[in-house]
Amino acid sequence: MLKFRETLKIVVVGHVDHGKSTVIGRLLYDTKSLPEGAIEKVKRISKETGKPFEYAYLLDAFEEEQKQGITIDTTQIQFHTKKRDYVIIDAPGHVEFLKNMISGAANAEAALLVIDANEGVREQSKRHGYILSLLGIKKVYVLVNKMDLIDYSEEKFLDVKSDMDTFLKSINVFPQKYIPVSAFHGENIALRSEKMPWYKGDTVLDALDIFEKDKDIIDKPLRLPIQDVYKFDNRRIIAGRIESGVLNVGDEIVIYPSKRASKVKSIEYWQEKDKATKVEAGMSVGITLFDEFFYKRGEFITRKDDEAPLVGDTFKANIFWMGEKRLTINKRYKLKLVTQETECEIASINKVIDASTLFSNDDAKEVNTNEVAEVVIKTKDKICFDEFRNNHVTGRFVIVDGYDISGGGIINGLEILDVANKFVKGNIELPITCFDEYYYLIPYNEIKKVAVERKSYKIGDKLPINGDTYYYPDNFDVIDLNNELSALIRDGKLVDLINLNDYKYEGYPVYSSDGFLARVKNQDDFINFKNDFKESKYDLVDFANKWYDPLANKRIVYKAV
Amino acid sequence: MDRLDMLEAQSIYILREAYKSFGKLGMLWSIGKDSTVMLWLAKKAFFGHCPFPFIHIDTTYKIPEMIRFRDKIAKEYNLDLIVYTNWDAINNGMGPEKGRLVCCKALKTDALQHVIDKYKFEGLIVGVRRDEEGSRSKERIFSERNKESEWNYTNQPPELWDQFKTDFPKGNHIRVHPILNWTELDIWEYIKRENIPVVDLYFAKNGKRYRSLGCAQCTGQIDSNASTVDEIIEELKHTNINERAGRAQDKEDAYAMQKLRKDGYM
Repeated sequence: MLKFRETLKIVVVGHVDHGKSTVIGRLLYDTKSLPEGAIEKVKRISKETGKPFEYAYLLDAFEEEQKQGITIDTTQIQFHTKKRDYVIIDAPGHVEFLKNMISGAANAEAALLVIDANEGVREQSKRHGYILSLLGIKKVYVLVNKMDLIDYSEEKFLDVKSDMDTFLKSINVFPQKYIPVSAFHGENIALRSEKMPWYKGDTVLDALDIFEKDKDIIDKPLRLPIQDVYKFDNRRIIAGRIESGVLNVGDEIVIYPSKRASKVKSIEYWQEKDKATKVEAGMSVGITLFDEFFYKRGEFITRKDDEAPLVGDTFKANIFWMGEKRLTINKRYKLKLVTQETECEIASINKVIDASTLFSNDDAKEVNTNEVAEVVIKTKDKICFDEFRNNHVTGRFVIVDGYDISGGGIINGLEILDVANKFVKGNIELPITCFDEYYYLIPYNEIKKVAVERKSYKIGDKLPINGDTYYYPDNFDVIDLNNELSALIRDGKLVDLINLNDYKYEGYPVYSSDGFLARVKNQDDFINFKNDFKESKYDLVDFANKWYDPLANKRIVYKAV
Repeated sequence: MDRLDMLEAQSIYILREAYKSFGKLGMLWSIGKDSTVMLWLAKKAFFGHCPFPFIHIDTTYKIPEMIRFRDKIAKEYNLDLIVYTNWDAINNGMGPEKGRLVCCKALKTDALQHVIDKYKFEGLIVGVRRDEEGSRSKERIFSERNKESEWNYTNQPPELWDQFKTDFPKGNHIRVHPILNWTELDIWEYIKRENIPVVDLYFAKNGKRYRSLGCAQCTGQIDSNASTVDEIIEELKHTNINERAGRAQDKEDAYAMQKLRKDGYM
């Protein structure tokens, strides 16, 4: 009879050289999880390269890794305690390999953050802490390693603990334990250290067994994103993995975003023993419905009585960027969220955060490799999702730039975008696009009107009257015929915002709120212009061609995206 | 769900992603326990159907029982089976005596390359596992190979949250690894649970059995009395000998598998 075996996936993170691989190597050694061949191989390599034996070599499989003494890629390796099985993921600590660290950590349920007692909290200690918070990993222990180098001093241990705790709390990571260890000497890893009698807590191995697995994913609303639809025989089977909740034969279901309703006819199987009337989160299933309308990959099957997913094309997200090229607005990316795939653009970059200092830059126009940012994403098609805090799996996505996955993100909520910049006076607002740029985008070969920033300008504010692709005089007026408002710009500053009825032509050029020069030379022209608009409300093309010169103050500039 | 349920569900998810993503998809079947489990998983994923061809790279040095088992299963499951041998190399005298790594390269890596070129495969499902050896432990589930099947292992793109690499230049292909996260013990426990037929060579006769299968000349047996699946599971729980200890090509130099796999070996 096979015993039920629980598996917990843990990732080991931390700054380069703080001893992640040594911690793992020691855990494997102390739990006798190493195959004979592995130790022999490391000994053979140590001999060949003339370097002393290192536990870390057990994990560093590539020649380069062993030569440089740094892990390049993640490794997954197993060990067992009496309680359960562990899959440990070793994640590289070098900033250059952050994408590999994230690839490993994204699969983990719990984390060990290793800090060198002698060096203390370093850049990657903080960055990795921040990424754990972004990935939603809440079960964290901090191992203060290399205690032997500081004579097993309690004082120094408390210093490092206090430093890291302040940082982690500020990013909503609350480590459940801080454990002083020396991985190389095996102190407090599997066996309690006699060199640190002042430490009364658990060893690493005992502490790991205390972590409880998350079980609440079954209690959440049903999310069954359609993966594929099969018609190999007379059955039309909808295949997919249940990401949360449960599903029974006979359940009434709703498919999003189309909101069509049906009922579950059957749960399909190949082997008789897999026959079931109820399936739950984590299972890859196949079902048939009573109604055979058109359903396609990406759509969410939910239960009628469960809470519906969000549906939209604009949302706020936190992303971490791993791409070789910078993340910019205007560029087309591919977004993948469970089985959905759509084109997307970054509508705005609200701020870029340095993950190790938490310094935030509100004026950033692009996101560099290994930076974290708060952005607004606009997708081409409407997609289904949940907020990350409600459902991790349907609240996260990746961004593909060219051929490679280059970013990961978590969704903070639906967003209603401010469509334009504004002139503001008190509670009067005049939406404008006159400071948008006109770019000929390469390689798309299209002209695109682009809002470089989204801002409100108040009375007295200096305006960006010269852009890449437009130029305005120092003095001009902006007329909004729809909202019946006009703005007066003098010496490049917004000086007043008034009702159109109070406006008098003063000899300064008149522009529309989207920046087109009106053919208005005097007050009479202005009256005609206003009246024509009222009469021509249903034929704006004729009106625009008659009254505006769209290229008077503009040019088009090539831009690579 | 227990551990095997979770592994099975993820493997099925991966197989379905591969089937959805690639127009030209095939599965490598080495006749060994791992790819035989993978074949079973494919039948589960597609409700008894196998909607792509299976490929056996036959070096002509395989143990004869393997070939008999292959033909029996292929017939029972009604598989679309492609068997390919690099006859040019064989006819020019290629064999392990020319050097093990040279032989593996010619009869396995190069043969596979010929199959990829001939059938224009965009996706190849391969049954490697992380716990087999170091370079496999660092694999991605969807792992890109260039036109020459080379693996750029020093710069692999991120892979997270079961979002896989499905975009790549024409001519390249993706190696799909559905059982990457399984261990040798998982494989045997699953074989027991599902009652999956495997080739007899794994079961001990006269105190010896094969633990990993390959070509006759380069694969050694281990000392064992495990003659049933249960006994193998019990043996594996207590062994600390490496699974591939009997595979001679791994020992040619310290980084043999890394070098072979960089050039397109499975």
